Formats: sequence, structure tokens, C-alpha cells
Amino acid sequence: MKTSYFPGCTLNTTAKGFDNALRASFAALGAELVELPEWNCCGATFPLLVDNMLDLAAPTRVLLAAQEQGDRLAIACTMCYNVIRRTNNRLRADADALEKLNYFIEDEYRGGVEVLDVLQILRDDVGFDAVKAAVKKPLTGLKVAAYYGCMVLRPPAEVAYDDPENPRALDDLLVALGAEPVEWPHKAECCGAYLAVKSQEATAEMSYRILSSAQRAGAQAIVTNCPLCQFNLDKQQLDMGHQHGGYNPIPVLYFSQLLGIALGLDTTDFGWERHYVDARPMLRERGHFA
Amino acid sequence: MTLDEIVVPPIQRVLIIGAGIAGMQAALDIANAGYEVVLVEREPSIGGRMAQLSETFPTLDCAQCILTPRTVEVGHHENIRLRTYSEVEAVEGDLGDFRVRIRRHAAYVNWDICTGCGLCQEKCPKRVVSDFERGVGKRKAIYTLSPQAVPNKPVIDRQSCIYFERGKCRACEKFCPVGAIDFEQEDAVVEERVGAIVVATGYDLYPLSLMGEYGYGEVPDVIDGLAFERLLSASGPTAGQVRRPSDGKEPKEVVFIQCAGSRDPELHMPYCSKICCMYTAKHAMLYKHKVHDGQAYVFYIDIRSAGKRYEEFVQRAMEEEHVLYVRGKVSRVFRENGKVMVWGTDTLSGRNVEVAADLVVLAPAMVPKAGAGAVAELLGLPTDEHGWFTAAEANFQPVETGRPGVFLAGAAVGPMDIPETVAQASGAAAKVLSLFARWSSEVTVTSQVTVT
Amino acid sequence: MRKIGVFVCHCGLNIAGTVDVKRVVEAVEEYPGVVFATDYKYMCSDPGQALIQKAIADHELDGVVVAACSPAMHEVTFRKTARAAGVNPYLTEIANIREQISWVHEAEPDAATVKAIEIIETIIEKVRYDEPLEPFSLPLVKRALVIGGGIAGMTAALHIADAGYPVVLVEREAQLGGKMGQLSSLYLNFDTAPDLLQSRIEAVTRHPNIQVLTEAEVTELGGYVGNFTAKVNGSEPFTFDVGAIVVATGFDLLPQSELGEYGGGRYPDVIDSLQFEHMLAQGEIRRPSDGTLPKEVVWVQCAGSRDPELHKPYCSKICCMYVAKQAMAYKQRVPDGQAYVFYIDIRSQGKGYEEFVQRAMTEYDVLYLRGKVARVFAEDGRVVVWGVDTLSGKAVEVQADLVVLATAAVPSAGARDLAQRLRVSTDEYGFFSEAHPKLRPVESLTAGIFLAGAAQFPKDIPETVAQASGAAAKVLGLFAQREMVQEPTIAFVDEELCAGCGLCVAACPYEARVMHPWKPIAVVQTALCQGCGACVVACPNKASSLHNLATEQLLAMMEPVL
Repeated sequence: MKTSYFPGCTLNTTAKGFDNALRASFAALGAELVELPEWNCCGATFPLLVDNMLDLAAPTRVLLAAQEQGDRLAIACTMCYNVIRRTNNRLRADADALEKLNYFIEDEYRGGVEVLDVLQILRDDVGFDAVKAAVKKPLTGLKVAAYYGCMVLRPPAEVAYDDPENPRALDDLLVALGAEPVEWPHKAECCGAYLAVKSQEATAEMSYRILSSAQRAGAQAIVTNCPLCQFNLDKQQLDMGHQHGGYNPIPVLYFSQLLGIALGLDTTDFGWERHYVDARPMLRERGHFA
Repeated sequence: MTLDEIVVPPIQRVLIIGAGIAGMQAALDIANAGYEVVLVEREPSIGGRMAQLSETFPTLDCAQCILTPRTVEVGHHENIRLRTYSEVEAVEGDLGDFRVRIRRHAAYVNWDICTGCGLCQEKCPKRVVSDFERGVGKRKAIYTLSPQAVPNKPVIDRQSCIYFERGKCRACEKFCPVGAIDFEQEDAVVEERVGAIVVATGYDLYPLSLMGEYGYGEVPDVIDGLAFERLLSASGPTAGQVRRPSDGKEPKEVVFIQCAGSRDPELHMPYCSKICCMYTAKHAMLYKHKVHDGQAYVFYIDIRSAGKRYEEFVQRAMEEEHVLYVRGKVSRVFRENGKVMVWGTDTLSGRNVEVAADLVVLAPAMVPKAGAGAVAELLGLPTDEHGWFTAAEANFQPVETGRPGVFLAGAAVGPMDIPETVAQASGAAAKVLSLFARWSSEVTVTSQVTVT
Repeated sequence: MRKIGVFVCHCGLNIAGTVDVKRVVEAVEEYPGVVFATDYKYMCSDPGQALIQKAIADHELDGVVVAACSPAMHEVTFRKTARAAGVNPYLTEIANIREQISWVHEAEPDAATVKAIEIIETIIEKVRYDEPLEPFSLPLVKRALVIGGGIAGMTAALHIADAGYPVVLVEREAQLGGKMGQLSSLYLNFDTAPDLLQSRIEAVTRHPNIQVLTEAEVTELGGYVGNFTAKVNGSEPFTFDVGAIVVATGFDLLPQSELGEYGGGRYPDVIDSLQFEHMLAQGEIRRPSDGTLPKEVVWVQCAGSRDPELHKPYCSKICCMYVAKQAMAYKQRVPDGQAYVFYIDIRSQGKGYEEFVQRAMTEYDVLYLRGKVARVFAEDGRVVVWGVDTLSGKAVEVQADLVVLATAAVPSAGARDLAQRLRVSTDEYGFFSEAHPKLRPVESLTAGIFLAGAAQFPKDIPETVAQASGAAAKVLGLFAQREMVQEPTIAFVDEELCAGCGLCVAACPYEARVMHPWKPIAVVQTALCQGCGACVVACPNKASSLHNLATEQLLAMMEPVL
């Protein structure tokens, strides 16, 4: 089974390690991700102005590239997923918009591509039972807080493939990997990454709520499927001690890193060195990392 | 005075006081079950408040269109004896045998021969402000409430008639093709015997003259909700065009003020009038349908759209018709440079708001119908401190009065909207029907009658 | 040749504002068969009807076309009018030139006028071919079926039974009482609900005219108004005939599992309002998790209501009041406790309701916060409520001991299936649809089936009781008739043409077609036929026809518009 794959800029550059882990894991599960031969930035925000057609052009070009390869597109970055999926929804629902856009980009996107999140593919196509069967090194005893962010959940009608208020997919995957997801309230709360430029204080406060809540629930690491949340939650901890005395940092992992470990893959190029809070000592201590 | 137990043959006939939608519904339910109904209405024709409405929420059905089949059915029903332009004057007796004295006001028109052709109204030279049109329209001194009036027979308003004032004119008499005008006509008093009574006297609006803060009376372009209904109505004084009273211009900014006199325990009425949120949303929506480039503002405390499709209706007003809802009370309304200035507060932003409007429409508190107190006294029924009739027990006996054989229907009990009124009026009818059905099987009923 | 009169109504400006009625009259006057045509301001008014009757007498009309509003409005009126003047009611037809013309072609008065003329001409053709008919009568079973033994069903049953008619009351649960049986007390007086209910239950179970079937459900319904046949399963399944049905299936609360934002049912100390009622009824307010007395309790209104994106867009109507009641009842038992209520709007519409909520705020110090709750979660043994106070514009966090969700009221489980079995329509949420939202609130669109209580939409006890009485009035009105009157505009079979293929039997949605016991032809069961025409379409031999909608008649009606 092969699926066209759009890594997005983040996973292609700063978070390359997550991408490596993801592709290797999918390959090991017999569900190869085939990168689009040519792709561009998705635009990074879904335009909310109704008539802002220009902003739809970039994501539409991605859809066009996917159309060349088939009718399914897997996306790793949740932000890109959100933008491209909503663009796709819009073009499918509005024939006029599609026609206008095709005229503008001088090509013909037909609206036939299904936009999927990689976690969704893992759940629905590969199946968590198959994942569990493929696990070589179960993450036994590892207490994790599954964190979803907002991009795959909101707006629910447009993008959610899980209960937007009480999502399960990542928790279920982690169970399949042998880890113990903790029950905690903030798995779908916004981490504030969006506000980092405008109000660093607000972002820090929102992140603190999430980070501290996960720790209170007994988690040893936070695991997320959103690379942007991963970056934000990880980095916010650098200065957290100033505001919140005695704060103990907690590693924040991207889910493909743990997936790769559990599948027994070579983890060297999984991007460990790029974390602000190094996850390796915690993993080593519990025997999950060499 | 002694109480004596006697046996009377119960009368399977009902008196209904008030022929608005509540009274009509109860009358039809009872009449369709085969019993005789005496339907008394103070106005010259039936239909009540609903006849004044333009469209109805949440479907925007034209009120006249859904009401007329009912009024016509009532008017023609073989089991309904209609007594319009009449008032109940005295009630004696008890359950099973009430003796009711009814005064029929002099109409100065012999209805038995009048054909309702309307020529008299056309020829009458005297125009007066119409109560039915809520002051925004006029009628003649000889008039019917509307072209679809049931019965469609005119009455002469003695106070306005030139002949009664100065002893000459008689234009109506000259033009009447059948000689139905009768200036000598006098009130007539009849007695009816019935076994049960339904009170459906309805409501009035709180007089705006009591609310100085809204400038009513001083500012001509401040009107009440019923007046706005008449402006919207195709059969109203402006044929459905929205025109403001002062200069007949189309208002471009209209402010609707909810809870005018309601939910105000200090100055006015402490209770919520229940129907205003919905009809105000409807008003704002219909206004936008007629004046596309107009702006509608609604001042509210809480939006109370609790009913089937009500919430969705208000959402539509906000989202599709772009009605601007401002959460807060209005403190003052006054006139300045041809505008109606509205001062209020937006409690969500915590700021004061000022709107220079062309027209202000108030949603005044509902109060018991003038004269309801007299009816309560005649029947010995309790009312609450505001004058609403009181049900025997709020939960289980919402249409019973505590007096055997006397029941309540519609807004005589307190504010309620049309569907609730209709359901509840049928409920009152059910009480009467099961009473009558039992009498059929028992033939006579034992009743306690006061013997003096 | 039939002598037809045409009467064009202005409907004030509703029609005359768009359609040139004078021109219409001039045009149709010339149409073959028309001997008289005129227009009038309001044809439905007394003088309008008098005008029709006079014209019938003067011109010896035997066919009448009234061009006015939809036949749903005034067909009955005008047929009565014409009948009084000696014209068979089925030779009086309505040309709808309001809903179908003036209201939808306001912008094109010329074209609208032409269309009005054409529509009237088609109806003239119809009247030309109409046969004079008489309605026929059918027997009427004077027994009622009430489905649902809550307060609505019991009230309706008692009224009908009190009037002397037998009632079968079917309740799915083992006990009567419905949702009211789960309540502790009632607003506004804190009357004890079980006591009040018990007297009703006793009245129902002891009533000689009421047969109560508990743990039973209606599995099948056949027949039509006046003559339904219902099958009920239960301890012993049986079948019986009834003339009228009252549907009083009530409501349920939206399951907490659907409210992920409020914990989705995972936290023991987040309960729904009926669970809190149960605590109040038991007399012990304790946290489910550890049995301690909760000192801070938060009520979350609109949990799943007024939320078009995720849950139900509608307002559940009853929550504002019972939340105020529950908060007060809590404070009566825990005077030093703190009660919080999150609300969007306070909807205390009813006699004494506004004052009741005011009492909760001022006398009981219940803290009302205007804003939605974003999230409820458990942490460190407490329940944390994140919300917003829209009046101060600030985010609010409450550390509560107990959270009570006023979850949305939804139709009772199985209501949709029941609706299908009864052939009654529901809205998109599964609430039973009333015949008209304003004027026929207790009737369903299916003749003989009436609605009581929250099955139609959430409503509180006083409203339910009044409305259930209303439904009973409809049943009593029906039972007061001697017999059922059936419209004669139904299907018939031309025995000469019928080949007995049976396609119509399969096509009929009302089971009104059967094969003749020995002849190779199909026959119509007139009592069941609704005149829908499905058989006419299905018949390959053109042997099936409808009275007053015959094929040649329809073709003639097409003529003027082609």
C-alpha cells in the first residue's frame, strides 16, 4: 500500500527527524509514504475571507500535484492538513470557486483528492491492531500524555476525524505501542502557539497549563501529533522557571519518534538533538533508548 | 343564607367570554363535538389580537391568512351563537346552570338587514384615529375593524359621529342601499343559560404613557409593537409600507426596545412578557425584508427564544438579516433634529451606546385586558396582584379556576404566544367536553346551589 | 354544457398588488363554458361569499371556480358557500393565484397576470369534467390509544376516560410516571413531585375506562382515523381497534458521552440534572466519587443546547427554570455551600418564573455567570470548570466539588421508529411534527393521531398538562361524531380494463388495494384510500383512475397552458 505524501515545510527542514521517523515507520508497516515529486508551501493559514481566492492558490497547487499521483493525499503536518483539507472542502462545495481558481492557476484541479492526516491513515487503513502486531520493543511502563492540539479537530465539521472534545486516536495508538496514556483534561486544549508573536506571555501561560497538567496526571512525556505544538510546548519550557519557580521540564515528543522506537527501527536520525528538553535520558532510564 | 343540596338538569351549553384566538379555538373544539356555544366578544368582530398581526413567527405565515379560515368557520358554525359588540353584565347560578346577562351595545346599524357592502364607511365624512390600527391609521365614524371582519357589519361610534354630535349629516343613512342605519337603536340585554363558562379575555399592552423614559407621546416616532404590526400589515394603514408617523418617511434606522415595562420590578411590571423576544426578532426581520438598506437594532436583557424553531429564528435574524442585537437596557429616548435619540448601554462591552434612529418600536409589557377585572368580579374568580386570572393549581390544573364549571383559556392567565394559547384553549375545551360527556351519561348532576 | 362562474379575489393587495385582476376577469369571461366572472376585494369575507351565492342563483351556475389563495386555506369555505346555493361542493374548485402566482412573481406583474389567467383556465377545464360527488361515511371506533405513561399521557388518558370513552395506555417502562417520576420537587413551590404524581397514577390505574399496559410497546399500526388497528407487544401481545391515538412519548436527556468538552461522562462528580434530582429526592446530596458533601456546585446550562456546530441548535426550554430550582434546593440543604450557574440567556418565561429566578439570585445568593463553559475536567479530587464571564469579559475558573450539566432535551429513544410505524412525521431531531406551528399545535399531520407533551418539543409540566388536555379535546371532538366522513375523491377501478396484474396492489402505500377474492381484478378498499394516485401511475392498462382527477380531465387541464 502506497500513499502520496506531503511532508510540509516544517517536517522538511527543522523537524526533518520527525519525517524520517514517520517514513521509516510507515515503510516498516508496509504502508509506504511516497513524497509528491514537486510541492510547495500550503500557505500556512486557511484564508477566512470568503473571496480571498489568491490565498487558495497555493494549497490548490498541492492538491493538483496529488491529483497527478492518485486520489489520496497523506499529510504529516497538522497545520498543512488543516489548510489543505479545508481548501479541498471549499472547492468541492463551490463549483464557481473551483472554476475561478483553475482559470487562475491555468490548470484543472477536479476536486477528487481525499485529504488525510497520517494518524488517520494509521488508524483507519493500517489499523492499530496491525501496528500492535508489528511492535518489537513495546514501550512498557512509559506513562505518556497524548496531546492533539487543535488543527486536526477544529473546525470539527470540516477537519475532525475524531471526537473534537475527547479525541482518542493518539491514545489508542500509544496503547498499541505498549505505553500507558494518562487520563488528563487538556489533550485538546490550545497551546497558544498562534499567539506567540502577539503575546508571548499568553502563550507561555497556556502552555504552562498544559505542561503542568500533564505532569500532575503523572506523565513522563507529552506525545503529540502536531509538529507545531511539539515545537511550542518544548521551547516554552526554556523560560518557564522564571514565571513558575521550581518548574520541572518534561520532554515533548512527536508521535513518530515513539512509533519508530517501538517498531525497533534505527533511531539515530529521529532528530533527538533538536529538542530543547532532551528526551533521551528519560527514555534511556526506562530502557527504551540505547 | 343557607346551602341546600338540590338536583338540577345540567345545561350542555357553554359561554365563552372573548373571541380572540383562544376563545375561538375553545368554541370550535366544543362546537365541533356537537355542543352549543355562546361566544361573547366586546369588539364588533371576532379575531382579537391576532387579527391585528401582520405575519407570525417562526414561519412568517401571514396572520390574516391563517386566521381567516378560523373566523369564517366560527362565523358560520351552526353550533356557535356569536354575540359581538356585547359584554357580560351579570352571572348567576352555578355549575350546570349559569344564567348570564349579556348587554349588546347599540351599533346604530340593523345587522339583520345590513349586507356589509361597505358603502356607509366609504361615504362617512368623519375620520378618526383607529384603536385597531393602534393610532397609526384612521377609520370612519361608522366602521368595521377590517375588510375581513366576521361578522362584516359596521357600528357607529357615537362619540365621533357628526350626527350624534351636531344633529345633522346622516350620510350613511342616505347611502345605505338597504336602509340598515338606525340612529334610534338602543342597547339590548339578553339572558343566556349555560352549564359552563370559559374565560378568554386576553391581554392589552402596558400603556406607554406610563413610561416617560421612552418619550412616548412626546416623540411621534416612538410606537408600540402592535402599531408596528399594523405598519407591516398589507391590510394596514400604509398597505404594508414601513412609514414613520411624523413625516411618512421610510425609516432607515430602527431601534427595537424589548422589556419596555417588563422585568422592571422597581418601576413597572416585574414579570417577563414572554412573547416580545420572538415578535421583536420577527419585526426586525420583516423590517429588513421591506427596507433592504435599513439597519435594525434590538436592545434586550436576555433573548428568550425557547420554543420549537424559535432559537433558529432569532439566529436567522442576526446572521442572515444582520439585525444588531445589543444586550442592555435603554435609559432614555428623546427627539433631536428630526431623529429619535436612543441612549442605552451595551453590557457586553460595558460601554454606553447612542443611536440616532428614525423610528423606535417598543415591546411593552403585556397586561390583563381592560375589563378583565370586572369579569373576574362577576364570576367571583381570583386574580393575582397584576390582574391576571389565577389557575386553581399551576402544574396540574392550569385551565381550572377553582370555581366548578369555570375555565380559563389563553393570555387571560398571563402572557403566552399563539401556539401555547391554542393548545391551552383546547385544554379548556377538553374540560368542558368531559364535563358535558359525563352529564350525558348521568343525565342530571348534583350541585350545590346558593339559596338566599 | 356546464355553466361555470369564475370569482377572482384581490386578497387585499396580496393578489391585486401584482396580478391585474380586471384583466384576468376580462380574459376568463371569454373562455368557453364561463357564463359569469367577477372580482372582489376579499372573496372569503361575508359579502364575498354572498356575491358568489347571488351569482349562482342569478346565472344558474352549476360549476364554480374561485381564484384566490391556496385551497388549503379556503376550499372548505367556498365549497360550503356553493353548496348552500345548490352547487355540489365537488364542482367548486380553487385556482391558487396567490401562493403560486402573486407571492412568487412580484417582480413581473405582466407575466403573473398571464399565468393567473392560464391557471384559472386549467381549473375551469377541471370543473367542466368534475363529477358531482358526496362524501361517504365510515364507522368510528370510540376507543383511544395513548402511547406513553408520563404526565402527558396520563393527563390525556384521564380526560378521555372521564368523558366516558375507553382508553388503552401503553407504557414502555414497568411503571407509570415518566420523567416526572424522577423529579424531587416542582418549581415554583417546591411541591413534592412524587406525591403529586402518585395521585395521578392512582387515578389512572383505578379508572374503570383505562386499561394500562406496562412494559409494552406499539409494534404495528394499520388503518386510518376512526379505525386504526394497533398491535402491542408486552407480557401478552395483542391487537385491538382504536379510533384515535395520542402520542406522548416524552423526552430523554442527551447522553453525557456526547459532551466530550464536559468530560463525556468520565468523571463521577460531573452528573446530569436528572441524577441531581435523584439525589434531591433521596434527600442526600453527596459527591458520587467519595460521598462527601459538595460545598461548591456548578450548574452548566445549555450543555448541548444552542450549539449548532457540535450539538443541538435549539433551546431545550426547561433548563433555566429547573436549574434555578435545583440551585435553591441545594442551598436549602447546604446553606453554607456556594452555587454557581453558567448561562447564555436566562429564560424564565412563565407566570411567576422571572420572580422565581430573581429569588434564586437575591435570597439564595446563587451566583449567575453569563457565559458558556468551555471545559470541565477533574483534577486533584475536584472538578475544574473553565468558563467565561461575558459581562466582565474575563475567563473564569471554578474549583467545584460537583458539576451538574443541564443537558439538552432530545426525543425519547425509539421515537423515530415509532413515528415510522405510526406514519407520522418528525422534524430533523426526531420530535413529532405538529400539523401547524401556530394553529394546530396538538395535531399531527396524520388524521386521528394527536401529540401531547415533550414528544413534540421540550416543555415544562404546566405546558405539558395544558397541551395534553388539548390533545384530549381533539380526541373527544372526534368521538363526538356519529361516524367518520370520508372524502370521495379517491381511486376506482374500471373493471372492463383491469387485467388483474396486481401492480397497483404493490404500489399502494396505504394498503388500500387488494385483489378481488375470485375475479381477476383489483379492488379499492375505499376506507383506506387516500387518493394519492400511485395506483393510477402503476396501472399499465389505465384501469385505475381518481374521481375528479381522471386522465382525460388532466389532459384537458393541460390544454390552456400548452
